[in-house]
Amino acid sequence: MEVMPKWADVVLIPLFSLLIAFALSALVIIGIGEDPIAAVKMMVSGAVGSTYGWGYTLYYATNFIFTGLAVAVAFHARMFNIGGEGQAALGGLGVALVCLSVDWPHWAIALPVAVAGAAVFGALWAALPAYLQAKRGSHIVITTIMFNFIGAALLNYLLVNVMRPAGSMDPATGKFPPGTFLPTLHDILATIGIPFSKAAPANVSFLIAVAACVLVWLLIWRTRLGYAIRAYGHSESAAVYAGISPTRIIMIAMLISGALAGMMAINNVMGEAERLVLNSVEGAGFIGIAVALMGRSHPFGVFLAAILFGFLYQGGAELALFTDIPRELIVVIQALVILFTGALDNMVRMPLEKLFLALRKRDA
Amino acid sequence: MDFLTVLQVLDSTVRLATPLLLACLAGLFSERAGIFDIGLEGKMLAAAFMSAAIAAVSGSVWLGLLAGIGASLLLSAIHGLASITFRGNQLISGVAINFLAAGLTVVVAQDWFQQGGRTPSLIGGGRFAPIDLPLAKSLQDVPVLGPIYHDLISGHTILVYLAIALVPLSWWALFRTRFGLRLRAVGENPAAVDTAGVSVIGLRYAAVAICGVLCGIAGAYLATALQAGFVKDMTAGRGYIALAALIFAKWRPWYALSATLLFGFLQAIALRYQNIDLGGIVVPVQFMDALPYILTVVILAGFVGKAIPPRAGGEPYVKER
Repeated sequence: MEVMPKWADVVLIPLFSLLIAFALSALVIIGIGEDPIAAVKMMVSGAVGSTYGWGYTLYYATNFIFTGLAVAVAFHARMFNIGGEGQAALGGLGVALVCLSVDWPHWAIALPVAVAGAAVFGALWAALPAYLQAKRGSHIVITTIMFNFIGAALLNYLLVNVMRPAGSMDPATGKFPPGTFLPTLHDILATIGIPFSKAAPANVSFLIAVAACVLVWLLIWRTRLGYAIRAYGHSESAAVYAGISPTRIIMIAMLISGALAGMMAINNVMGEAERLVLNSVEGAGFIGIAVALMGRSHPFGVFLAAILFGFLYQGGAELALFTDIPRELIVVIQALVILFTGALDNMVRMPLEKLFLALRKRDA
Repeated sequence: MDFLTVLQVLDSTVRLATPLLLACLAGLFSERAGIFDIGLEGKMLAAAFMSAAIAAVSGSVWLGLLAGIGASLLLSAIHGLASITFRGNQLISGVAINFLAAGLTVVVAQDWFQQGGRTPSLIGGGRFAPIDLPLAKSLQDVPVLGPIYHDLISGHTILVYLAIALVPLSWWALFRTRFGLRLRAVGENPAAVDTAGVSVIGLRYAAVAICGVLCGIAGAYLATALQAGFVKDMTAGRGYIALAALIFAKWRPWYALSATLLFGFLQAIALRYQNIDLGGIVVPVQFMDALPYILTVVILAGFVGKAIPPRAGGEPYVKER
């Protein structure tokens, strides 16, 4: 029996969880002797108070949309893909290989190939953990964690020993050719006469991320495959009884998940850095977990949560710049969001369910 | 490689394996009771910070150790609350704890010491001193055995010996006591334990608390014995390597000792040699870094022996009504 109406489940619980997480974060800020209200004001003006701030907020949000969708798709098949970090790093390798392979004449030609390269490499990095889960029963969480470290070591090796241009001390690839430079939001909005900060890194990848949200929604709720994924996620035995192959669903869901995480690289590697550097993902793969949990694994929710985390990231950078609050405060907030929307979900849910039950009894 | 180099590498193996061993045994107790814990990393990190901070302020490493254990226990309590009381997802809770520790340690360290997220360097009584075992000096000149005794076995901090002593102790507690039997049963079939009239929740909290204490010692070892003070992210994935060692060890104490010694050895090699030349084939240092994880994946894949986790691991226990 549904104790609560759907809107309460989708809106009220994440909202309460978020409020608790923010309240505790405010306590942390007070604890280190800073003013939380001033901090929030500074974050708002820094992250959304100018087109420069928006440009960074949307840039970060683009990363988080991809990694959030990756975790969300896996969640629908009841897989916990904690390997977004490694898959995104490998996606970066795919993008770098594509961008450095030929002298691309125009970004519009390079971009689809780069997207494919990122997706294939990301999916490949998810393939072995998925196979081991499907065929050998190894826990996907453990194998994807291991693959994060293996991926980091692999990229470290490639960047230091193989892909580094001769004579360069920096463990990074050479600069991509100009034909791969993606148009920024400044360039795109200028064509329709809207002024936008030129310095901010938000680029056309944001639109691709939005398109990915729509496609994931279509896949999960409007296709036969999506139905099979959700059916498997709800009950493996029921899915098997209905003729759905668990191996197939695990593989497909994880490949899609890995591909989405990998596609993040068109934003940070191709759109921003324009070369592949060490540790290019910077934890975005893990933030995807918080984003997916908060967005209740729904693409629209993921979109909103990603924007929120983009805001927190950019606002947090401003805080670190102008106050004594270190940037790691964002990691604390991220942890609290994961804790309350994920692990302590029942703590928020149980009192609310009691409340709704009481209300219903009174009505009856 | 001469004899002395071998000894040095083995000596550093022991020192690097110790935090892994402590964290691995911590995970062992927790997972044997059916509570997955990927928050080992976070608990070690929090303990490393608190132990270094308190040791730096008070000048006493023992107070630091206690504070470290306290910090780790606090995170354990959160994990227990989320995964036992509120029956939440244990993996997600572990992820949250790792981030909580990664963030809070730097935020608080910056506030307390203003040194860019580190603690002051520990000196004198703020660190665990190496212990010279009896006769180590006088036996040093005995061929072969003398140097082994002096360089390898003697001269570690008390926590190293404690960690090694904990291996038989854990084995005894888990496999030769009533508590251990119940603890293992709760990880395999909690309903049976409940039927026998023993509290599933109590046992699981006890396991999580033991896990907290051991992670606390591991973290304190990192900051007050292996190194002199806390630096940002100083656990550097050791919690995950311990997790890998736990799988490698198939959730058994003695195997845990060999697994963590093996992984410690890999770390010691990677630390000492950048690239290893094996007759024409150069093994890059990055491969050595990745080897513990690769080995674990191989074990997990079940091609070399099979690692079977406790059956009720990761599942919250719901009493039937």
